[in-house]
Amino acid sequence: MTAAAIPIRSDASLAFVNYQMDHAYDEMFATAGVPREHYRALQQTLLGLAPEELRKIQQAADLTFLHEGITFTVYGSKEGTERIFPNDLLPRIIPANEWARIEKGLTQRLTALNLFLRDIYHEGRILAEGIVPRELIYSCKHFRREMRGLNVPRDIYVSICGTDLVRVPDGSFAVLEDNLRVPSGVSYMLANRKVLKRVFPTLFRDYGVWPIDHYPQALLATLRTMSPENCAYRNDPKTVLLTPGVSNSAYFEHAFLAQQMGIEVVEGRDLLVHDNLVYMRTTAGLRRVDVIYRRVDDDFLDPLRFRPDSILGVPGLFNAYRAGNVTLANAIGTGVADDKAVYAYLPQIIRYYLNEDPILPNVPTFLMSDNTHRQHTLQNLEKMVVKAVGESGGYGMLIGPQSTAKQRDEFRALILADPRNYIAQPTLSLSCAPCLIDGEVESRHIDLRPYILMGEKVTIVPGGLTRVALRLGSLVVNSSQGGGSKDTWVLRDADRTGGPGAA
Amino acid sequence: MRPPRNFYVKTFKREAGMLSRVAENLYWMSRYLERAEHTARLLDVELQLWLDQSPEVGAGRWRFLVDALQVAGVQGRLDPLQLAETLVFSRANGSSIVSCMSAARENLRHVREQCNSEMWEQLNKLYLQVIDRRAEEGWILNSHELFRAVQEGAHLFQGVTDATMSHGEGWQYIQLGRYVERTHTLAALMDTHFRRAAAATDLPVDSAEYLSWVGLLRGCAAFEAYCKAQTAEIRPLRVAEFLLLNPELPHSVRFSVDRMNAALHVIGDLTERREKLPARIAGRLRAKLSFSQIEEIMEEGVGTYLENIRGECAEIHAAIHQIYFDYAIDTELAS
Repeated sequence: MTAAAIPIRSDASLAFVNYQMDHAYDEMFATAGVPREHYRALQQTLLGLAPEELRKIQQAADLTFLHEGITFTVYGSKEGTERIFPNDLLPRIIPANEWARIEKGLTQRLTALNLFLRDIYHEGRILAEGIVPRELIYSCKHFRREMRGLNVPRDIYVSICGTDLVRVPDGSFAVLEDNLRVPSGVSYMLANRKVLKRVFPTLFRDYGVWPIDHYPQALLATLRTMSPENCAYRNDPKTVLLTPGVSNSAYFEHAFLAQQMGIEVVEGRDLLVHDNLVYMRTTAGLRRVDVIYRRVDDDFLDPLRFRPDSILGVPGLFNAYRAGNVTLANAIGTGVADDKAVYAYLPQIIRYYLNEDPILPNVPTFLMSDNTHRQHTLQNLEKMVVKAVGESGGYGMLIGPQSTAKQRDEFRALILADPRNYIAQPTLSLSCAPCLIDGEVESRHIDLRPYILMGEKVTIVPGGLTRVALRLGSLVVNSSQGGGSKDTWVLRDADRTGGPGAA
Repeated sequence: MRPPRNFYVKTFKREAGMLSRVAENLYWMSRYLERAEHTARLLDVELQLWLDQSPEVGAGRWRFLVDALQVAGVQGRLDPLQLAETLVFSRANGSSIVSCMSAARENLRHVREQCNSEMWEQLNKLYLQVIDRRAEEGWILNSHELFRAVQEGAHLFQGVTDATMSHGEGWQYIQLGRYVERTHTLAALMDTHFRRAAAATDLPVDSAEYLSWVGLLRGCAAFEAYCKAQTAEIRPLRVAEFLLLNPELPHSVRFSVDRMNAALHVIGDLTERREKLPARIAGRLRAKLSFSQIEEIMEEGVGTYLENIRGECAEIHAAIHQIYFDYAIDTELAS
């Protein structure tokens, strides 16, 4: 970072010697050396541990991940392949009052997003009234014409959502992006918790942390309430998880969630469609399938309707879906609502459907299709983050302050060639939190991805995945780009923010 | 208030069948693990024998090992290091210990949600341990530890599986894979041995042959059991009977076929399949082993007898595949 760094030296231990603070919001310290109330007990614990011990604890945790095979696959790397997802042992702690606000904000946002999707695939009122420009929606590559006029169970398009939140320098949370297609990472949230409970049992208990272990049950319950109209057993729908297969980067998660829910993981080749009914191939013959939690992108779901070269999908699946014989969660075509240019309209969308102000604000976003926005961005490229609207996972973006002149020229050309495909945001100082780097506590940038479930009701498991940019000064938290994660503790009790160490 | 009479029946109605792909993965996982264990045991036994033998006899034993393990494409003179490379580390040889462990793990990885985390952790640990090793000069003399680790790891996996996994249909495919593979490898091992040995008589063997017969028994994890049943006096006919027809020895052909047969019956019931081709073939084989006399077998020629067993094993494998894993959709929809 270029900002003046203020080294702080804690008097009691070596643990914080290299802890640096800059203008970003620091989760742990209010000012240099003075921890916030809810981080005090954690600091006490850390000061009591020698660097050697800390290193040992981290090694033991890494070994657990390796032995349990909690890995992800990196595309394009040679040895191929499976790596453990770096886990940072120091929990990120969120006080009860802050969480209450996040929870309200997320519920509001997802409610509005589902109403929006229902609207644009049916009457299109919001487009007719000019709140959201028609051409913005119809030019989106994730808009699916096939979905127009098609009804989905409970009018819920997005049942599983992972929203990326960042904390900006004034300490408030803002939404960076909505992941409405097939958000991943929830298994790491659960794995991190399992490890942390082993590593810091006393600290964990004394802090009074909301449990998250019921996420798989909540997910299953959500999926089951989404059973299709024409379901053989309405109250006992056959539910499966559709995976692209073991070579998918998130396969561990697919297997893990299915196991925890007690449902089958199926691949495209396990399913077939006959007379618009979906069957799976079992040792006892063919069996009807009612609800599919699909972890396969729209494009690959059905080679007869979408990409014909897909071998991951099931021929005829879309027709079965349209006939109301099977539920897909999430629905097809939800990507239009997490398009980064549509994202810019979210405050208006929330006001339009709910007549409420957004509880969680957006990050300021410049649309490259807008002349003034574009000019402003092109003049300030070295201060901006530019993103392709339909991408995720940290691919296809430019981080201005860390870019070379050549990269900026490339993006300038890209933007001018296809303005609709890009947006820009001012470079955000993501908040910082203490992380264990080689036995010492150092500060790294983090974000937060809570998981929201919406079926008959909305369920948000307290916490989520806190992602960490493990490289010093880096702002990119994606696992595919050298990010890691840490456990997120949401405290139960508004009064007990400090744990046992707090006076 | 009491629940209605048919409450349990309705609520806990068991669904027949499981995903064919998953069943197939469990079956193959089990076969590969069994093969890795078998290879490790034979290598371990041969290594011990090698230390006691003259170089000429020793070289002949390596050839025996290659034949007993049915490794294709190994020609000419064999040196221990090259052999270790082929049987233990080679990725080109699909039946080397490393290849088998990778394949077993890969099959289990495809169905991780179907097995317990304990099982996965056990197999994954064993795999990491095996691929961590490299063949080096003098390696073979110090390799006992690795072979032990594979055998113990496989036993531990089997124990963890039996103790933690529901003994439902999936578990039955694991049983099935293990015993189909075991029947096959035992038949191959015994066949190779008997083709080289002098005619099996009911007389004690001389000291020159003693070691190779002990090797055979140890290769079937049966030496101690044999001593308990027959004393340490090695009579080839008794050994043949013990390894082929004993119903209590886990590494006898008959025991393996019995287990294979039992698993197929349960699977037939659980899947409610009218077509029970695999169970029929296995039942026939079982009957043959149950009512055979060792003297008759010797008369017919033990080689032929073992060849037939291997043939029927292959038939059972094909039938399992055809009925449970890869059936034609059209006939299913019609029924």
